[in-house]
Amino acid sequence: MSPSSPHPYIPNTDDDRREMLEAIGVATVDDLFADIPSAFRIDGLGLPAALSEVELIREMAALADRSVVTGNGVTSFLGGGAYHHFIPSTVGHVIGRSEYATAYTPYQPEISQGTLQTMFELQSMTCELMGMDIANGGVYDGASALAEACLMACRVTGRSRIALHSSVNPAYVDVVRTYASGPGLTVDVLANADVTDEYACLAVQHPAFLGDLIEVWSLAEATRAAGALYITSVDPISLGMLTPPGEYGADIAVAEGQSLGWPVNYGGPYLGLFACRQKYVRQMPGRIVGRTTDLDGKTGYVLTLQTREQHIRRERATSNICTSQQLVGLAATVYLATMGKEGLRQVAESCYHKAHYAAQLIDGIDGYTVSVAEPFFKEFTVRCPRSPSEINQSLLERDIIGGLDVSDRIENGMLVCVTEMNTREEIDRLADGLRDASE
Amino acid sequence: MASPQDLKYTKEHEWVRMDGDVGTIGITDYAQDALGDIVLLDLPATGTNVSYMDKFGEIESVKAVSELFAPVTGEVVDINSALEDSPELVNDSPFDEGWILRVRLSDPSEVEKLLDANQYDEYLATEVE
Amino acid sequence: MTTTDRTRLDPKTDDIGARLTFDRSRPGRMGVLLPALDVPTAELPDSRFLRHDLRLPELAQNEVIRYFLGLSKLNYNIDSGFYPLGSCTMKYNPKINEDVARLAGFANVHPLQEPKSAQGALRTMSLLQDALSEITGMDAVSLAPAAGAQGELCGILMIKAYLAERGESHRRTVLIPDSAHGTNPATAAMAGFDVVTVPSTSDGNSDIDFLRSALNNGVAAMMLTLPSTLGLFDPNIEQIAAMLHDHGALLYGDGANQNAFLGRARFGDIGFDVVHLNLHKTFSTPHGGGGPGAGPVCVKSHLAPYLPAPIVTGDEGNYRLKTPEHTIGKTMAFHGNFGVLVRALTYIRSLGADGLRAISENAVINANYVLVRLRDAYKLPYDRTCLHEVVLSGSRQKAASGVKTLDIAKRLIDYGFHPPTIYFPLIVDEALMIEPTEAEGKEALDDFCDAMLSIARESEEDPDIVKGAPHTAPLRRLDEATAARKPVLRWTPKAEPTS
Repeated sequence: MSPSSPHPYIPNTDDDRREMLEAIGVATVDDLFADIPSAFRIDGLGLPAALSEVELIREMAALADRSVVTGNGVTSFLGGGAYHHFIPSTVGHVIGRSEYATAYTPYQPEISQGTLQTMFELQSMTCELMGMDIANGGVYDGASALAEACLMACRVTGRSRIALHSSVNPAYVDVVRTYASGPGLTVDVLANADVTDEYACLAVQHPAFLGDLIEVWSLAEATRAAGALYITSVDPISLGMLTPPGEYGADIAVAEGQSLGWPVNYGGPYLGLFACRQKYVRQMPGRIVGRTTDLDGKTGYVLTLQTREQHIRRERATSNICTSQQLVGLAATVYLATMGKEGLRQVAESCYHKAHYAAQLIDGIDGYTVSVAEPFFKEFTVRCPRSPSEINQSLLERDIIGGLDVSDRIENGMLVCVTEMNTREEIDRLADGLRDASE
Repeated sequence: MASPQDLKYTKEHEWVRMDGDVGTIGITDYAQDALGDIVLLDLPATGTNVSYMDKFGEIESVKAVSELFAPVTGEVVDINSALEDSPELVNDSPFDEGWILRVRLSDPSEVEKLLDANQYDEYLATEVE
Repeated sequence: MTTTDRTRLDPKTDDIGARLTFDRSRPGRMGVLLPALDVPTAELPDSRFLRHDLRLPELAQNEVIRYFLGLSKLNYNIDSGFYPLGSCTMKYNPKINEDVARLAGFANVHPLQEPKSAQGALRTMSLLQDALSEITGMDAVSLAPAAGAQGELCGILMIKAYLAERGESHRRTVLIPDSAHGTNPATAAMAGFDVVTVPSTSDGNSDIDFLRSALNNGVAAMMLTLPSTLGLFDPNIEQIAAMLHDHGALLYGDGANQNAFLGRARFGDIGFDVVHLNLHKTFSTPHGGGGPGAGPVCVKSHLAPYLPAPIVTGDEGNYRLKTPEHTIGKTMAFHGNFGVLVRALTYIRSLGADGLRAISENAVINANYVLVRLRDAYKLPYDRTCLHEVVLSGSRQKAASGVKTLDIAKRLIDYGFHPPTIYFPLIVDEALMIEPTEAEGKEALDDFCDAMLSIARESEEDPDIVKGAPHTAPLRRLDEATAARKPVLRWTPKAEPTS
């Protein structure tokens, strides 16, 4: 006998349905679907039957177990845009709350102050981190944030050529190209500072994709001289110690916020942080929260400057985006509140010193070279004696996830990432592994 | 409220008050009420030429954007700078302090073809439920 | 039902909005202990690379938790009550999905790991691709888009690339019904197309005569939400698809309302060339207060080479990421919102084929039940059977007593409900768009309908109580005009607007 409620997620029983159909005044549920032409009606889907919760967790856990992940003795030196950083336990406990996770976009501010005020916190913290005037509530990820920044620069300047510096992550270049293809904008990757007045912007990544710190000042000057907007894509963890974009003349600053309290999650969901100068606020894409008061004069927060957005301006909106990656943004907010100024500085410095320790060690191994004289933050490029992907196979056998193969850019190049999560012992193990894998 | 008798109107809910060859332009009480709280006006600079029924600017409320269409043809000679800091004047005083801009008409007789107050009120009554 | 069963906030936390983390900060406090450095310190880079000041709050851990927990209490959410926000499909978010997504074997896989060490993640994506392909009746799927809006952008860019490949770049117009979500025209514009709006007829369908007159060889596609944002399934859909295809144009499906006919009909069979889904709607992943979601695109075979990268290919033990031959490119740095994908697959596996079909059945019964219970008290602009949502109008109340739809929405808060979507779709005056979803039982619907009927009565007898609502929420109505006129968008030490 089949149960009368079809599934735990569906409360109506057979009796409920019968009563309701009667009230509606139809004989069968099929009558409600009468507008669907009969030729298109199907009897069901060719999918497996329902699983009980016990079976479900067993099946999904078995899937999860098929990947190799950090923890349980496995260590990772892989970065390239997604990073293993420490996540304080406060983060999971806050974002796990239904009050945050199961709400939606705060259209009714009187019953959404939790979402709105934490979003205002994130805007404020993003501004402080980046040294910028204003920030939005977040976009999809760091790459789409950069793409939106480039489109915004085109709107501000009325120009249709985008310059990306060669320091920009190649995956980010791809995303900018996709976004630029719609309105027919041109994207050029420049290895130098040859920004002409044809360009709407120059976008720079600092630290660069290959890890090095960039001469951000001269690029800013060249960009300003061309009347273009200066966009920087930064690592928010690095801002615990490095000069913020606002201090070297960025007009728009973006970042991948995943490092701020969020696991690597096989690439998503992530968080695009987006900040700019005050004067460009009405060209900014995305949700923005503002402070105001209620009828009793109490402080509250609302979505504001909404006329920029798709639900009002439709085809003339600044973007079609409607999400602010709110829950990921909340994680970043709780992360920054927990770490505080001192915690973030310690994390940044720990990355820096451990990465330099690793670089020195690896540079000392026969066959491996690192340009240790060049300034870098937590990532650096190693020239290996043979193919990095072969070396990585050998490292994996020792429970080490090696660096990123960048041999398409540098011969036998491996981009190694070291964060505060890597212990000295793990770094020493990596060096041993590399030594043993050298031939 | 009945629309002031001394003004001319358009079906886009703008009004014109003539003084010599200069027309002062604003939006009607009906328009401000339909838009809700006005927060921003995007207006042309003085010296710009506008043409009858061409878009000359935008008016934004909290939750709507509306295009502004020129009710007359001519040169913008003045804009209401008070609206920059106090756009709410358009809500509070649509026919007076909330005026938007002044245009010197190329042909002052052009205004004759606009609706008078009675015609506009009738239009509101029929067209707008 | 009384209006006093919810109390105002505790006075001690009443000023929570006035004091941000920055205001609560005390120099020297810390929220977490970090390990001592276990390597020698390196020389720091040139000082111009270094910042001299970082202004972040300094709070003890207890203060962090109390602040964010205090704020959380100010949020309405699905787990606390009925949330009939039309077009958003605010269904129950199963708890098991959260447990599964947080498994280390999912959460800690790095996106640049070589496929060999990420087989579990890749198989997860492959299983979901297959399931969505079966559900939509489409040939190929990319899970890459980060949200519905990004799925739309991918879909329209694919159409653009496909037409360009066929030498038909002169097709520069996208047709969009006047009932569409704002994302549709915004997306078409982002993709470089001009938008022509297709009016709806008085019974809520697309105007076929207008469509016939608008179709020419400049039309690239029509973006159609099915069922429409009015909750109505256009019975002429077969004809619309045929008309577009006869003119060499493509049919784009906005799958935001897939919940309405899950397991009863498929976009692919109906004649759509491309459709995006919103996993945070139909497939129960949490809305998170405004993201993250996921917006996979599903296509017929002729568009498959243009799918956004990457897609998962291969089989058991040999899954890998692939870039489709003529891909429109990447829209995110990595492979899509994987954490959301895991939840959606968990949901699909939990429901099974019959459960998925039961979803649309119960969602549609629930919406029609609300329709019949409220049709006498509120204007029903389109008087016919609806699917997953019903659109009512508050115009009668507005004309009679000046009670606007906004007031009705705010009054529902006093009764303990989240208001429906209001003032959308734009073609309905004073619109109230109610989507109950399958996750509510009859009693919950009755409670909601009782509240709506009570508000209709109040609108006649005591309109001021409706106009002054909410009375019991943490805050009363907020001054959105001043927020937009004089924007304060960040904390500053004196809590003053930035220059």
